[in-house]
Amino acid sequence: MAEPPPNPLTVGLERLPVHPTSLVIFGGTGDLARRKLLPALYNLGADGALPERFSLVGVSRSALPDEEFRAQAKAAVQEFSRRPADPAVLDALLADARYISGSFDDDAMYPRLCAALDGFDETAGQKLNRAFYLSTAPEFFPVIVEALGRHGLTGSDGAAVRVVIEKPFGTTLAEARELNRTVLGVLDESQVFRIDHYLGKETVQNMLAFRFANGMFEPLWNRNYIANVQITAAEDIGIGSRAGYYDNAGALRDLMQNHMMQLLSLLCMEPPVDFSADEVRSEKVKVLHAIAPPPPERTVRAQYAAGNVAGTEVPGYTGEDGVRDDSHTETFAAIRLDVENWRWAGVPFYLRTGKRLARKVTEIAVTLRPVPHQAFNQEGSVGVRPNQLIFTVQPNEGVTLKLGAKIPGTRMRVRDVNMEFLYGTTFLSQSPEAYEKLIMDAMRGDATLFTRNDEAEAQWRIMDPVVARWKHEPGPLPQYEAGSPGPPEADALLGGEDEWRAI
Amino acid sequence: MAGDLTALAVEAKTDAVWRAQDTTPSAIEAALRALLTEARARSESHVPARSLNMVCIVNREFSGEVANRLRGVGRFSASRTVVCSVSAKRTTLDATASIAVPTRTRAGIHAPMRETVVVEVGPQHLDHLETIVDPLVVTDVPTVVWSPHDHPDGLDALLGLAQVVLVDSVDEPEPAEALARARGLMERSYVVDLAWLRTTPWRERIAATFDPEKLRPDLRLISNLVVRHHPDSAIVGLLFVGWLASRLDWQLSRLSQDSAGRRTGRAHTRRQDVAIRLQSDRTMSVRGLAGMEIETANGRWLRLDRGAGGLRARYRGPRQNEREWTILGASRGEGGILGEGIRQALLRDNTYCPALRQACALVT
Repeated sequence: MAEPPPNPLTVGLERLPVHPTSLVIFGGTGDLARRKLLPALYNLGADGALPERFSLVGVSRSALPDEEFRAQAKAAVQEFSRRPADPAVLDALLADARYISGSFDDDAMYPRLCAALDGFDETAGQKLNRAFYLSTAPEFFPVIVEALGRHGLTGSDGAAVRVVIEKPFGTTLAEARELNRTVLGVLDESQVFRIDHYLGKETVQNMLAFRFANGMFEPLWNRNYIANVQITAAEDIGIGSRAGYYDNAGALRDLMQNHMMQLLSLLCMEPPVDFSADEVRSEKVKVLHAIAPPPPERTVRAQYAAGNVAGTEVPGYTGEDGVRDDSHTETFAAIRLDVENWRWAGVPFYLRTGKRLARKVTEIAVTLRPVPHQAFNQEGSVGVRPNQLIFTVQPNEGVTLKLGAKIPGTRMRVRDVNMEFLYGTTFLSQSPEAYEKLIMDAMRGDATLFTRNDEAEAQWRIMDPVVARWKHEPGPLPQYEAGSPGPPEADALLGGEDEWRAI
Repeated sequence: MAGDLTALAVEAKTDAVWRAQDTTPSAIEAALRALLTEARARSESHVPARSLNMVCIVNREFSGEVANRLRGVGRFSASRTVVCSVSAKRTTLDATASIAVPTRTRAGIHAPMRETVVVEVGPQHLDHLETIVDPLVVTDVPTVVWSPHDHPDGLDALLGLAQVVLVDSVDEPEPAEALARARGLMERSYVVDLAWLRTTPWRERIAATFDPEKLRPDLRLISNLVVRHHPDSAIVGLLFVGWLASRLDWQLSRLSQDSAGRRTGRAHTRRQDVAIRLQSDRTMSVRGLAGMEIETANGRWLRLDRGAGGLRARYRGPRQNEREWTILGASRGEGGILGEGIRQALLRDNTYCPALRQACALVT
């Protein structure tokens, strides 16, 4: 079939048109919807980025009239939006919003949903695309997807239907496979958007630009020049009110299996042929296939004990509300991985994540091999240290290059200095929330920043043996003081002269 | 004066100020460097922003108004703003340099510092203004120059060191002159025209309306175009028509203007002529476009008007009843438009120049 003629009016526009869309949020009154999804929709609307016909449906168990859902959504936007809400825009966004109450496994609810969506099509005089956002507990993902299939909601003549699935995508490899089987039994892979909100962050996307838009780094990006890589996702907070979720998940499943593995694959992937969704994701999957599950001696887990954070005494993990006294859930995980391919063989990749650590930071630190001859070892000098390239994902988004430089004075003494690029000081515009970017991409059908089915399973293939081992060896776990950099046991993972970066 | 123009970034407070009379550019630059070093020493989280230099040439008596506009740009403040404040009788340079830091900072999070330099200059300084400004801009950061109170000699002097010229063609009372001026500047620098940015939401919406594959051929069937604008903003309408003409290969000729200021004419296309009408809307309180209508030869009709929460759209297809809805979007206001202009200075839009060229054909 001949390609349709291009739209000459879109040339030069920053915001390209998105087909009119109805968005259904399953879990529309839930925490994620209130804190992230609804504020993201408001900000997209205020920026004029939403499709010109846009309809919103919330689906949840509580019985609410439409007006009450609109009132709750309005309050959520006012509380959590990244900028003050313009009342006129907010009212216009929610004016026609609908709410469907019902249990996700109740077949009687879906015809009502279908009628609401048909009503939007009727009002618009055209078939709107349909996007179903599954912002629910994970056990409902297969339930909802199958129900959508049974009720004929997975296809729409002349319009696209897409399903966005929140994390976690399974809690084991077997579950991930089963969920993929269910989802792909009803939907085509091109309709499925598995969220990993880290990929919506500007700094994470910038890793691609940094690697593939700058000629100076790629020649160094291999085992000949890189000594080791550390990926850290540290939080200073505890588990807050998430005990129910966290005590089942633990640090490994909460952050490492998904977000940190995404960072690792972006860092290690080969240059894709182009930046289309499948080319990028295929390269990432190749990296994951090159990684073997880590043996026991290359994994460390621990749990925080009582300590002092920001001058305040805080309880240990088992003292947190909602956590069992005998819980052996890890709040700290560190592993060492090897990427066994031509580019990376022999380079250790250290990953660590934890709660109640000394400070909040997510970063990737690439340490280069030291210079072959130390010429500047004069007295009073720290000396030349290996160069480091640090991508900071949060909170101070940017890139730092650590270099050796001469200390001013009459003698040749050298110490590390930082060459810094900071998002907050270099660009005028504020980074949009990751969810704004991802919601728009899903409505547009661009899956580049979403996890493909084989990618999700490849991540689990690496982590599943660790999850299983830790489940069968319940403890006791090493403890680390809240507010500290983590357990000393993590040092055992390091090889040779390697050392953890300070948290 | 200096009090008006310190801490130009919104939600910022002045951290340090330096003032001098009868001074030199190198003394100002040295003072600014010292202020930055001191501010950094006071707090490690203070880091200098390095996104854009903005040089403004303003009349001293209107500097307060310019300061207010610059404060309204919000997060799009330039990292270093150099204001050349011109007063008739001045012969020496007085200067104020200040550093502003965000009012809300959090421990461990970088707080970008923004710098403002106000240099009091006289008319005789304008011919060689670059010798004053050059030492004051951060090298290797793009520089945009904005001269809202004209001063062509000062602007001319700065074209060699600026990469971008910011203009607001709406400020020029006569659209033909504004278009000619913008074209002249385009030949020497990259131009960001706020009048053009006022057309952006409208361009996006028309592009979206005709984006479905089955509607794209109808772009060739446009037969009637009405553009309503603020009484001072005819040029925005002209640029919008110029954009459509440049994208759709219309041939334009001069529009005729009646006593009420209404401009009418026709565009020639390969299929048929397009009737064009630009009319001012006196009920419109803000600069820019008030609304528009597009009709196609096969009976499609779209009308867009400014409304609460966005644009109010009315649409009728060849065999359909009229439908009405709101296209979401917050009004940017004058501060927002200027902020958008500053942001656009770091980007490149290749559609403005062809639109400008076509718009010129409507008035000459």
